[in-house]
Amino acid sequence: MSSSPLRRTALDALHRSLGATMTDFAGWDMPLRYGSERDEHIAVRTGAGLFDLSHMGEITVTGPEAARLLDHALVGNIGSVGVGRARYTMICQADGGILDDLIVYRLGEREYMVVANASNAQVVLDALVERSAGFDAEVRDDRDAYALIAVQGPESPGILKSLTDADLDGLKYYAGLPGTVAGVPALIARTGYTGEDGFELFVAPEHAEKLWQALTEAGAPAGLVPCGLSCRDTLRLEAGMPLYGHELTTSLTPFDAGLGRVVKFEKEGDFVGRTALLEAAERAAQNPPRVLVGLVAEGRRVPRAGYAVVAGGEVIGEVTSGAPSPTLGRPIAMAYVDAAHSAPGTAGVAVDIRGSHEPYEVVALPFYKRRK
Amino acid sequence: MSNPQQLRYSKEHEWLSAAEDGVSTVGITEHAANALGDIVFVQLPEVGDTVSAGETCGELESTKSVSDLYSPVSGEVTEVNEDVVNDPSLVNTAPFEGGWLFRVRVSEEPADLLTADEYTEFSGS
Repeated sequence: MSSSPLRRTALDALHRSLGATMTDFAGWDMPLRYGSERDEHIAVRTGAGLFDLSHMGEITVTGPEAARLLDHALVGNIGSVGVGRARYTMICQADGGILDDLIVYRLGEREYMVVANASNAQVVLDALVERSAGFDAEVRDDRDAYALIAVQGPESPGILKSLTDADLDGLKYYAGLPGTVAGVPALIARTGYTGEDGFELFVAPEHAEKLWQALTEAGAPAGLVPCGLSCRDTLRLEAGMPLYGHELTTSLTPFDAGLGRVVKFEKEGDFVGRTALLEAAERAAQNPPRVLVGLVAEGRRVPRAGYAVVAGGEVIGEVTSGAPSPTLGRPIAMAYVDAAHSAPGTAGVAVDIRGSHEPYEVVALPFYKRRK
Repeated sequence: MSNPQQLRYSKEHEWLSAAEDGVSTVGITEHAANALGDIVFVQLPEVGDTVSAGETCGELESTKSVSDLYSPVSGEVTEVNEDVVNDPSLVNTAPFEGGWLFRVRVSEEPADLLTADEYTEFSGS
Protein backbone atom coordinates (compact mmCIF):
# COMPACT_ATOMS: atom_id res chain seq x y z
CA MET A 1 0.00 0.00 0.00
CA SER A 2 1.22 3.43 -0.92
CA SER A 3 1.51 5.90 1.92
CA SER A 4 0.70 8.89 -0.28
CA PRO A 5 -2.81 10.29 0.19
CA LEU A 6 -5.52 8.90 -2.04
CA ARG A 7 -6.69 11.05 -4.93
CA ARG A 8 -10.31 12.10 -4.86
CA THR A 9 -12.57 12.68 -7.84
CA ALA A 10 -14.73 15.76 -8.38
CA LEU A 11 -17.69 13.68 -7.15
CA ASP A 12 -16.10 12.67 -3.86
CA ALA A 13 -18.41 14.66 -1.58
CA LEU A 14 -21.42 13.36 -3.46
CA HIS A 15 -20.37 9.74 -3.02
CA ARG A 16 -19.97 10.26 0.70
CA SER A 17 -23.39 11.91 0.97
CA LEU A 18 -24.81 8.83 -0.77
CA GLY A 19 -23.24 6.61 1.89
CA ALA A 20 -20.80 4.89 -0.47
CA THR A 21 -18.31 2.36 0.82
CA MET A 22 -15.04 3.70 -0.57
CA THR A 23 -11.97 1.74 -1.62
CA ASP A 24 -8.39 2.41 -2.68
CA PHE A 25 -8.22 1.70 -6.39
CA ALA A 26 -4.91 2.50 -8.10
CA GLY A 27 -4.28 5.35 -5.69
CA TRP A 28 -7.79 6.78 -5.99
CA ASP A 29 -10.46 6.79 -3.30
CA MET A 30 -13.34 5.33 -5.32
CA PRO A 31 -16.86 4.10 -4.56
CA LEU A 32 -16.84 0.31 -4.12
CA ARG A 33 -20.61 0.11 -3.66
CA TYR A 34 -23.43 2.28 -2.39
CA GLY A 35 -25.70 -0.48 -1.12
CA SER A 36 -25.89 -4.06 -2.33
CA GLU A 37 -23.39 -4.67 -5.17
CA ARG A 38 -25.67 -7.44 -6.44
CA ASP A 39 -28.60 -5.00 -6.74
CA GLU A 40 -26.33 -2.51 -8.53
CA HIS A 41 -25.23 -5.24 -10.95
CA ILE A 42 -28.83 -6.24 -11.70
CA ALA A 43 -29.85 -2.60 -12.19
CA VAL A 44 -27.26 -2.28 -14.98
CA ARG A 45 -28.46 -5.51 -16.64
CA THR A 46 -32.15 -4.57 -16.46
CA GLY A 47 -32.37 -0.77 -16.12
CA ALA A 48 -29.44 1.57 -15.75
CA GLY A 49 -26.48 2.35 -13.52
CA LEU A 50 -24.41 5.48 -12.98
CA PHE A 51 -20.65 5.23 -12.46
CA ASP A 52 -17.91 7.69 -11.54
CA LEU A 53 -14.91 6.61 -13.62
CA SER A 54 -12.88 9.78 -13.18
CA HIS A 55 -9.85 7.74 -12.20
CA MET A 56 -9.35 6.69 -15.82
CA GLY A 57 -6.35 8.38 -17.46
CA GLU A 58 -6.96 10.67 -20.45
CA ILE A 59 -4.03 11.52 -22.71
CA THR A 60 -4.50 13.80 -25.72
CA VAL A 61 -2.36 13.38 -28.82
CA THR A 62 -2.46 16.18 -31.40
CA GLY A 63 -0.55 17.34 -34.44
CA PRO A 64 0.00 16.62 -38.12
CA GLU A 65 1.59 13.25 -37.29
CA ALA A 66 -0.69 12.26 -34.40
CA ALA A 67 -2.02 9.27 -36.35
CA ARG A 68 1.47 8.17 -37.42
CA LEU A 69 2.72 8.41 -33.84
CA LEU A 70 -0.13 6.28 -32.51
CA ASP A 71 0.30 3.72 -35.30
CA HIS A 72 3.94 3.46 -34.23
CA ALA A 73 3.28 3.43 -30.47
CA LEU A 74 0.21 1.15 -30.33
CA VAL A 75 -0.56 -2.23 -31.91
CA GLY A 76 -3.79 -1.15 -33.65
CA ASN A 77 -4.41 0.57 -36.97
CA ILE A 78 -5.20 3.98 -35.51
CA GLY A 79 -4.83 5.92 -38.75
CA SER A 80 -7.83 4.02 -40.12
CA VAL A 81 -10.15 5.13 -37.29
CA GLY A 82 -12.63 7.67 -38.66
CA VAL A 83 -13.18 11.02 -36.96
CA GLY A 84 -15.85 10.50 -34.30
CA ARG A 85 -15.08 6.80 -33.92
CA ALA A 86 -13.22 4.86 -31.23
CA ARG A 87 -11.07 1.74 -31.16
CA TYR A 88 -10.14 -0.78 -28.48
CA THR A 89 -6.38 -1.33 -28.69
CA MET A 90 -3.23 -2.07 -26.70
CA ILE A 91 0.19 -0.63 -26.06
CA CYS A 92 2.97 -3.20 -25.86
CA GLN A 93 6.62 -3.36 -24.88
CA ALA A 94 9.28 -4.13 -27.50
CA ASP A 95 9.13 -7.76 -26.29
CA GLY A 96 5.38 -7.87 -27.01
CA GLY A 97 4.31 -7.74 -23.34
CA ILE A 98 1.12 -5.76 -22.75
CA LEU A 99 1.65 -2.39 -21.04
CA ASP A 100 -2.05 -1.53 -21.04
CA ASP A 101 -5.30 -1.91 -22.93
CA LEU A 102 -6.75 1.35 -24.19
CA ILE A 103 -9.64 3.01 -25.91
CA VAL A 104 -8.54 5.59 -28.49
CA TYR A 105 -11.11 8.18 -29.61
CA ARG A 106 -10.46 10.13 -32.78
CA LEU A 107 -11.75 13.59 -31.93
CA GLY A 108 -10.51 15.28 -35.11
CA GLU A 109 -8.34 14.77 -38.17
CA ARG A 110 -5.29 15.61 -36.03
CA GLU A 111 -6.58 14.96 -32.51
CA TYR A 112 -6.96 11.76 -30.51
CA MET A 113 -7.81 11.01 -26.90
CA VAL A 114 -6.19 7.89 -25.44
CA VAL A 115 -7.92 6.51 -22.33
CA ALA A 116 -5.70 4.35 -20.13
CA ASN A 117 -6.39 2.38 -16.98
CA ALA A 118 -5.80 4.40 -13.81
CA SER A 119 -3.11 1.97 -12.65
CA ASN A 120 -1.18 2.37 -15.90
CA ALA A 121 -1.87 5.98 -16.88
CA GLN A 122 1.62 7.22 -15.97
CA VAL A 123 3.30 4.28 -17.73
CA VAL A 124 1.25 4.89 -20.87
CA LEU A 125 1.93 8.63 -20.76
CA ASP A 126 5.67 8.07 -20.35
CA ALA A 127 5.73 5.52 -23.19
CA LEU A 128 3.79 7.78 -25.54
CA VAL A 129 6.08 10.74 -24.79
CA GLU A 130 9.15 8.58 -25.37
CA ARG A 131 7.75 7.07 -28.55
CA SER A 132 6.77 10.51 -29.89
CA ALA A 133 10.42 11.43 -30.54
CA GLY A 134 10.83 12.33 -34.21
CA PHE A 135 7.09 12.70 -34.84
CA ASP A 136 5.42 16.05 -35.42
CA ALA A 137 2.88 15.43 -32.64
CA GLU A 138 2.25 16.53 -29.07
CA VAL A 139 1.37 14.20 -26.18
CA ARG A 140 -0.54 15.97 -23.41
CA ASP A 141 -1.42 14.71 -19.93
CA ASP A 142 -5.15 15.50 -19.60
CA ARG A 143 -5.87 13.36 -16.54
CA ASP A 144 -6.96 16.40 -14.54
CA ALA A 145 -8.92 17.93 -17.41
CA TYR A 146 -11.77 15.41 -17.28
CA ALA A 147 -14.22 13.82 -14.97
CA LEU A 148 -15.75 10.68 -16.50
CA ILE A 149 -19.32 9.61 -15.77
CA ALA A 150 -20.76 6.46 -17.32
CA VAL A 151 -24.43 5.63 -17.66
CA GLN A 152 -24.82 1.97 -18.58
CA GLY A 153 -27.71 -0.38 -19.13
CA PRO A 154 -30.65 -0.93 -21.50
CA GLU A 155 -32.45 2.19 -20.24
CA SER A 156 -29.42 4.45 -20.70
CA PRO A 157 -30.27 5.71 -24.24
CA GLY A 158 -33.68 6.90 -23.12
CA ILE A 159 -32.29 8.56 -20.02
CA LEU A 160 -29.56 10.37 -21.94
CA LYS A 161 -31.95 11.41 -24.72
CA SER A 162 -34.02 13.32 -22.18
CA LEU A 163 -30.97 15.46 -21.34
CA THR A 164 -29.39 16.14 -24.74
CA ASP A 165 -30.17 17.18 -28.29
CA ALA A 166 -27.24 15.15 -29.58
CA ASP A 167 -28.09 12.51 -32.19
CA LEU A 168 -27.81 9.42 -30.00
CA ASP A 169 -29.58 7.21 -32.54
CA GLY A 170 -26.83 8.05 -35.01
CA LEU A 171 -24.13 7.37 -32.41
CA LYS A 172 -22.88 3.84 -32.99
CA TYR A 173 -21.15 1.54 -30.52
CA TYR A 174 -17.53 2.68 -30.25
CA ALA A 175 -18.23 6.20 -31.49
CA GLY A 176 -18.05 9.57 -29.76
CA LEU A 177 -19.28 13.07 -30.48
CA PRO A 178 -19.07 16.42 -28.73
CA GLY A 179 -22.38 17.67 -27.40
CA THR A 180 -24.22 19.19 -24.49
CA VAL A 181 -25.80 17.09 -21.74
CA ALA A 182 -27.92 18.78 -19.07
CA GLY A 183 -26.43 22.10 -20.16
CA VAL A 184 -22.89 20.81 -19.72
CA PRO A 185 -20.39 20.44 -22.59
CA ALA A 186 -19.45 16.79 -22.89
CA LEU A 187 -17.75 14.29 -25.13
CA ILE A 188 -20.49 11.67 -25.49
CA ALA A 189 -19.07 8.22 -26.23
CA ARG A 190 -21.03 5.03 -26.76
CA THR A 191 -18.56 2.81 -24.93
CA GLY A 192 -18.47 0.89 -21.69
CA TYR A 193 -17.18 -2.02 -19.69
CA THR A 194 -20.37 -3.73 -18.61
CA GLY A 195 -21.58 -5.76 -21.59
CA GLU A 196 -24.61 -3.48 -21.90
CA ASP A 197 -25.48 -0.57 -24.16
CA GLY A 198 -24.33 2.63 -22.54
CA PHE A 199 -22.46 5.89 -22.66
CA GLU A 200 -19.35 7.42 -21.19
CA LEU A 201 -19.43 11.19 -20.72
CA PHE A 202 -16.17 13.10 -20.49
CA VAL A 203 -16.74 16.50 -18.88
CA ALA A 204 -14.80 19.22 -17.09
CA PRO A 205 -14.48 18.30 -13.39
CA GLU A 206 -16.38 21.43 -12.33
CA HIS A 207 -19.42 20.20 -14.25
CA ALA A 208 -19.38 16.66 -12.91
CA GLU A 209 -21.75 17.17 -9.99
CA LYS A 210 -24.36 18.95 -12.06
CA LEU A 211 -24.28 16.19 -14.69
CA TRP A 212 -24.43 13.42 -12.06
CA GLN A 213 -27.47 15.02 -10.39
CA ALA A 214 -29.25 15.54 -13.71
CA LEU A 215 -28.68 11.90 -14.71
CA THR A 216 -29.82 10.73 -11.27
CA GLU A 217 -33.09 12.63 -11.59
CA ALA A 218 -33.70 11.76 -15.25
CA GLY A 219 -32.91 8.10 -14.59
CA ALA A 220 -34.89 7.56 -11.42
CA PRO A 221 -38.13 6.53 -13.17
CA ALA A 222 -36.15 3.98 -15.24
CA GLY A 223 -34.55 2.46 -12.15
CA LEU A 224 -31.12 4.09 -12.48
CA VAL A 225 -28.96 3.68 -9.37
CA PRO A 226 -25.42 4.79 -8.51
CA CYS A 227 -23.00 1.91 -9.00
CA GLY A 228 -19.57 1.19 -7.55
CA LEU A 229 -16.47 -0.56 -8.80
CA SER A 230 -17.53 -3.87 -7.22
CA CYS A 231 -20.40 -4.37 -9.66
CA ARG A 232 -18.33 -2.92 -12.50
CA ASP A 233 -15.97 -5.85 -11.93
CA THR A 234 -18.71 -8.51 -11.93
CA LEU A 235 -20.35 -6.89 -14.97
CA ARG A 236 -17.14 -6.93 -17.02
CA LEU A 237 -16.34 -10.46 -15.85
CA GLU A 238 -19.72 -11.77 -17.02
CA ALA A 239 -19.11 -9.99 -20.33
CA GLY A 240 -15.73 -11.75 -20.64
CA MET A 241 -13.82 -8.48 -20.74
CA PRO A 242 -10.21 -8.57 -19.53
CA LEU A 243 -8.93 -6.44 -16.66
CA TYR A 244 -5.35 -5.23 -16.66
CA GLY A 245 -3.35 -6.83 -13.84
CA HIS A 246 -5.57 -9.91 -14.03
CA GLU A 247 -6.00 -11.23 -17.60
CA LEU A 248 -3.46 -8.79 -19.07
CA THR A 249 0.10 -8.24 -17.82
CA THR A 250 3.53 -7.36 -19.19
CA SER A 251 4.41 -11.07 -19.22
CA LEU A 252 1.63 -11.82 -21.72
CA THR A 253 1.23 -10.71 -25.34
CA PRO A 254 -2.18 -9.92 -26.86
CA PHE A 255 -1.99 -13.34 -28.57
CA ASP A 256 -1.51 -15.13 -25.25
CA ALA A 257 -4.63 -13.34 -23.97
CA GLY A 258 -6.72 -14.47 -26.94
CA LEU A 259 -6.84 -10.89 -28.20
CA GLY A 260 -4.43 -11.16 -31.13
CA ARG A 261 -7.07 -9.55 -33.34
CA VAL A 262 -6.15 -6.12 -31.91
CA VAL A 263 -2.64 -6.42 -33.45
CA LYS A 264 -2.63 -5.10 -37.02
CA PHE A 265 0.53 -6.26 -38.80
CA GLU A 266 -0.83 -5.03 -42.13
CA LYS A 267 -0.77 -1.36 -41.10
CA GLU A 268 1.80 0.98 -42.61
CA GLY A 269 5.19 1.34 -40.98
CA ASP A 270 6.91 -0.36 -38.08
CA PHE A 271 5.44 -0.37 -34.57
CA VAL A 272 6.80 -1.09 -31.13
CA GLY A 273 6.67 -4.84 -30.48
CA ARG A 274 6.12 -5.89 -34.10
CA THR A 275 8.93 -8.46 -34.36
CA ALA A 276 8.16 -10.08 -31.02
CA LEU A 277 4.43 -10.10 -31.74
CA LEU A 278 4.94 -11.90 -35.08
CA GLU A 279 6.65 -14.68 -33.14
CA ALA A 280 3.93 -14.63 -30.48
CA ALA A 281 1.25 -14.96 -33.17
CA GLU A 282 2.97 -18.01 -34.62
CA ARG A 283 3.43 -19.61 -31.20
CA ALA A 284 -0.22 -19.04 -30.31
CA ALA A 285 -1.35 -20.59 -33.61
CA GLN A 286 0.90 -23.66 -33.53
CA ASN A 287 1.76 -24.44 -29.95
CA PRO A 288 -0.30 -22.29 -27.62
CA PRO A 289 0.88 -22.18 -24.03
CA ARG A 290 -2.06 -21.53 -21.77
CA VAL A 291 -5.43 -20.40 -23.09
CA LEU A 292 -7.90 -18.00 -21.46
CA VAL A 293 -11.16 -19.80 -20.69
CA GLY A 294 -14.33 -19.33 -18.72
CA LEU A 295 -15.15 -21.52 -15.71
CA VAL A 296 -18.60 -21.97 -14.19
CA ALA A 297 -18.97 -23.49 -10.72
CA GLU A 298 -21.06 -26.50 -9.96
CA GLY A 299 -21.02 -25.50 -6.28
CA ARG A 300 -21.19 -22.17 -4.50
CA ARG A 301 -17.64 -21.50 -3.37
CA VAL A 302 -16.07 -18.57 -5.16
CA PRO A 303 -12.75 -18.83 -7.02
CA ARG A 304 -10.39 -15.89 -6.55
CA ALA A 305 -7.49 -14.54 -8.59
CA GLY A 306 -4.41 -16.68 -8.07
CA TYR A 307 -6.20 -19.92 -7.18
CA ALA A 308 -4.89 -23.03 -8.98
CA VAL A 309 -6.94 -24.83 -11.63
CA VAL A 310 -6.43 -28.59 -11.35
CA ALA A 311 -7.23 -31.76 -13.32
CA GLY A 312 -6.23 -35.31 -12.46
CA GLY A 313 -4.32 -34.06 -9.43
CA GLU A 314 -2.11 -31.78 -11.55
CA VAL A 315 -2.09 -28.00 -11.64
CA ILE A 316 -3.18 -27.07 -15.17
CA GLY A 317 -3.82 -23.36 -14.79
CA GLU A 318 -4.56 -20.34 -12.67
CA VAL A 319 -7.64 -18.23 -12.01
CA THR A 320 -7.19 -14.59 -13.05
CA SER A 321 -10.60 -13.22 -11.99
CA GLY A 322 -13.46 -14.83 -10.10
CA ALA A 323 -16.73 -13.74 -8.54
CA PRO A 324 -20.27 -14.83 -7.83
CA SER A 325 -22.23 -14.08 -11.00
CA PRO A 326 -25.54 -12.37 -10.24
CA THR A 327 -26.84 -13.19 -13.72
CA LEU A 328 -25.91 -16.90 -13.73
CA GLY A 329 -26.54 -17.34 -10.00
CA ARG A 330 -23.27 -19.26 -9.68
CA PRO A 331 -19.61 -18.42 -9.21
CA ILE A 332 -17.68 -17.82 -12.43
CA ALA A 333 -14.04 -17.25 -13.26
CA MET A 334 -11.64 -16.49 -16.04
CA ALA A 335 -8.51 -18.62 -15.97
CA TYR A 336 -5.45 -19.43 -18.05
CA VAL A 337 -5.34 -23.22 -18.49
CA ASP A 338 -3.14 -25.61 -20.48
CA ALA A 339 -4.42 -25.89 -24.05
CA ALA A 340 -5.22 -29.60 -23.56
CA HIS A 341 -7.86 -28.68 -20.99
CA SER A 342 -9.19 -25.54 -22.67
CA ALA A 343 -12.00 -26.91 -24.86
CA PRO A 344 -15.51 -26.06 -23.62
CA GLY A 345 -16.95 -29.09 -21.86
CA THR A 346 -13.57 -30.57 -20.88
CA ALA A 347 -14.28 -33.00 -18.04
CA GLY A 348 -12.57 -33.26 -14.69
CA VAL A 349 -11.52 -29.64 -14.21
CA ALA A 350 -11.60 -28.19 -10.69
CA VAL A 351 -10.45 -25.10 -8.84
CA ASP A 352 -8.41 -25.51 -5.68
CA ILE A 353 -10.39 -23.34 -3.27
CA ARG A 354 -8.28 -23.24 -0.12
CA GLY A 355 -7.43 -26.93 -0.30
CA SER A 356 -10.76 -28.24 -1.54
CA HIS A 357 -11.03 -29.19 -5.24
CA GLU A 358 -14.35 -27.74 -6.37
CA PRO A 359 -15.62 -28.99 -9.78
CA TYR A 360 -15.88 -26.38 -12.52
CA GLU A 361 -17.17 -26.52 -16.07
CA VAL A 362 -14.99 -25.10 -18.86
CA VAL A 363 -17.07 -22.77 -21.05
CA ALA A 364 -16.47 -20.38 -23.94
CA LEU A 365 -16.31 -16.68 -23.11
CA PRO A 366 -18.28 -14.52 -22.58
CA PHE A 367 -20.58 -15.78 -19.85
CA TYR A 368 -23.18 -13.20 -20.78
CA LYS A 369 -24.15 -11.53 -24.06
CA ARG A 370 -26.88 -8.93 -24.21
CA ARG A 371 -29.74 -9.30 -26.64
CA LYS A 372 -29.40 -6.65 -29.35
CA MET B 1 -27.91 0.71 13.11
CA SER B 2 -28.01 -0.41 16.69
CA ASN B 3 -26.52 -3.43 18.37
CA PRO B 4 -29.11 -5.28 20.49
CA GLN B 5 -28.54 -4.69 24.20
CA GLN B 6 -29.29 -8.28 25.21
CA LEU B 7 -26.40 -9.67 23.14
CA ARG B 8 -22.69 -9.77 23.83
CA TYR B 9 -20.00 -9.28 21.23
CA SER B 10 -16.51 -10.41 20.25
CA LYS B 11 -13.82 -8.21 18.73
CA GLU B 12 -14.04 -10.46 15.65
CA HIS B 13 -17.57 -9.03 15.17
CA GLU B 14 -19.57 -12.08 16.26
CA TRP B 15 -22.56 -11.78 18.58
CA LEU B 16 -23.62 -14.23 21.26
CA SER B 17 -27.05 -14.54 22.83
CA ALA B 18 -27.66 -15.16 26.53
CA ALA B 19 -27.68 -18.91 27.17
CA GLU B 20 -30.99 -20.77 27.42
CA ASP B 21 -30.55 -24.22 28.99
CA GLY B 22 -26.82 -23.72 28.44
CA VAL B 23 -27.19 -23.08 24.68
CA SER B 24 -26.32 -19.74 23.01
CA THR B 25 -26.90 -18.52 19.47
CA VAL B 26 -24.03 -17.06 17.40
CA GLY B 27 -24.11 -14.70 14.43
CA ILE B 28 -22.13 -11.85 12.92
CA THR B 29 -22.94 -8.22 13.57
CA GLU B 30 -24.60 -5.80 11.19
CA HIS B 31 -21.35 -3.85 11.16
CA ALA B 32 -19.50 -6.94 9.92
CA ALA B 33 -22.20 -7.83 7.38
CA ASN B 34 -22.11 -4.30 5.95
CA ALA B 35 -18.33 -4.36 5.76
CA LEU B 36 -18.35 -7.67 3.89
CA GLY B 37 -20.98 -6.67 1.34
CA ASP B 38 -23.32 -9.20 -0.26
CA ILE B 39 -22.63 -12.57 1.34
CA VAL B 40 -22.89 -15.38 -1.20
CA PHE B 41 -21.64 -18.46 0.64
CA VAL B 42 -21.37 -19.54 4.25
CA GLN B 43 -19.57 -22.58 5.55
CA LEU B 44 -20.66 -23.43 9.09
CA PRO B 45 -19.38 -25.97 11.59
CA GLU B 46 -21.34 -29.23 11.76
CA VAL B 47 -23.66 -30.29 14.55
CA GLY B 48 -21.54 -32.12 17.11
CA ASP B 49 -18.35 -30.22 16.24
CA THR B 50 -16.38 -28.74 19.10
CA VAL B 51 -15.59 -25.05 18.62
CA SER B 52 -13.07 -22.99 20.59
CA ALA B 53 -13.34 -19.35 21.53
CA GLY B 54 -11.35 -17.13 19.17
CA GLU B 55 -10.66 -19.93 16.69
CA THR B 56 -11.99 -20.27 13.15
CA CYS B 57 -14.98 -22.54 12.68
CA GLY B 58 -16.18 -21.62 9.19
CA GLU B 59 -16.04 -19.02 6.49
CA LEU B 60 -18.13 -16.31 4.91
CA GLU B 61 -17.71 -15.37 1.26
CA SER B 62 -18.84 -12.09 -0.20
CA THR B 63 -18.56 -10.74 -3.72
CA LYS B 64 -15.12 -9.35 -3.09
CA SER B 65 -13.58 -11.48 -0.35
CA VAL B 66 -13.59 -14.52 1.87
CA SER B 67 -13.44 -14.14 5.65
CA ASP B 68 -12.96 -16.60 8.46
CA LEU B 69 -15.76 -17.13 10.93
CA TYR B 70 -14.60 -17.20 14.55
CA SER B 71 -16.46 -18.73 17.44
CA PRO B 72 -16.94 -16.28 20.31
CA VAL B 73 -17.15 -19.13 22.85
CA SER B 74 -16.01 -22.72 23.37
CA GLY B 75 -18.48 -25.59 23.30
CA GLU B 76 -20.33 -28.12 21.18
CA VAL B 77 -22.41 -27.11 18.17
CA THR B 78 -26.04 -28.19 18.65
CA GLU B 79 -27.69 -26.65 15.58
CA VAL B 80 -26.76 -24.77 12.40
CA ASN B 81 -28.98 -22.39 10.48
CA GLU B 82 -29.79 -24.24 7.24
CA ASP B 83 -31.78 -21.24 6.02
CA VAL B 84 -28.58 -19.21 5.92
CA VAL B 85 -26.73 -22.01 4.10
CA ASN B 86 -29.46 -21.98 1.45
CA ASP B 87 -29.82 -18.19 1.34
CA PRO B 88 -26.67 -16.45 2.59
CA SER B 89 -28.19 -13.02 1.92
CA LEU B 90 -30.11 -13.48 5.20
CA VAL B 91 -26.88 -12.52 6.95
CA ASN B 92 -27.05 -9.12 5.24
CA THR B 93 -30.76 -8.53 5.64
CA ALA B 94 -31.24 -9.80 9.21
CA PRO B 95 -27.85 -10.34 10.87
CA PHE B 96 -29.26 -10.34 14.40
CA GLU B 97 -32.35 -12.42 13.62
CA GLY B 98 -32.99 -14.78 10.69
CA GLY B 99 -29.32 -14.53 9.74
CA TRP B 100 -28.03 -16.28 12.87
CA LEU B 101 -25.36 -18.89 12.11
CA PHE B 102 -25.18 -21.66 14.72
CA ARG B 103 -26.09 -22.64 18.28
CA VAL B 104 -23.56 -23.89 20.75
CA ARG B 105 -23.69 -25.62 24.17
CA VAL B 106 -21.24 -23.35 25.96
CA SER B 107 -18.45 -25.02 27.92
CA GLU B 108 -16.31 -21.94 28.39
CA GLU B 109 -16.81 -18.26 27.79
CA PRO B 110 -13.93 -15.82 27.43
CA ALA B 111 -13.89 -12.98 29.94
CA ASP B 112 -13.40 -10.27 27.35
CA LEU B 113 -16.74 -10.35 25.49
CA LEU B 114 -18.13 -6.85 25.00
CA THR B 115 -21.47 -5.36 25.93
CA ALA B 116 -23.55 -3.72 23.20
CA ASP B 117 -22.31 -0.26 24.19
CA GLU B 118 -18.69 -1.40 24.32
CA TYR B 119 -19.01 -3.04 20.91
CA THR B 120 -20.64 0.03 19.42
CA GLU B 121 -17.67 2.09 20.58
CA PHE B 122 -15.20 -0.58 19.42
CA SER B 123 -16.67 -0.92 15.93
CA GLY B 124 -17.62 2.72 15.52
CA SER B 125 -21.14 1.74 14.51
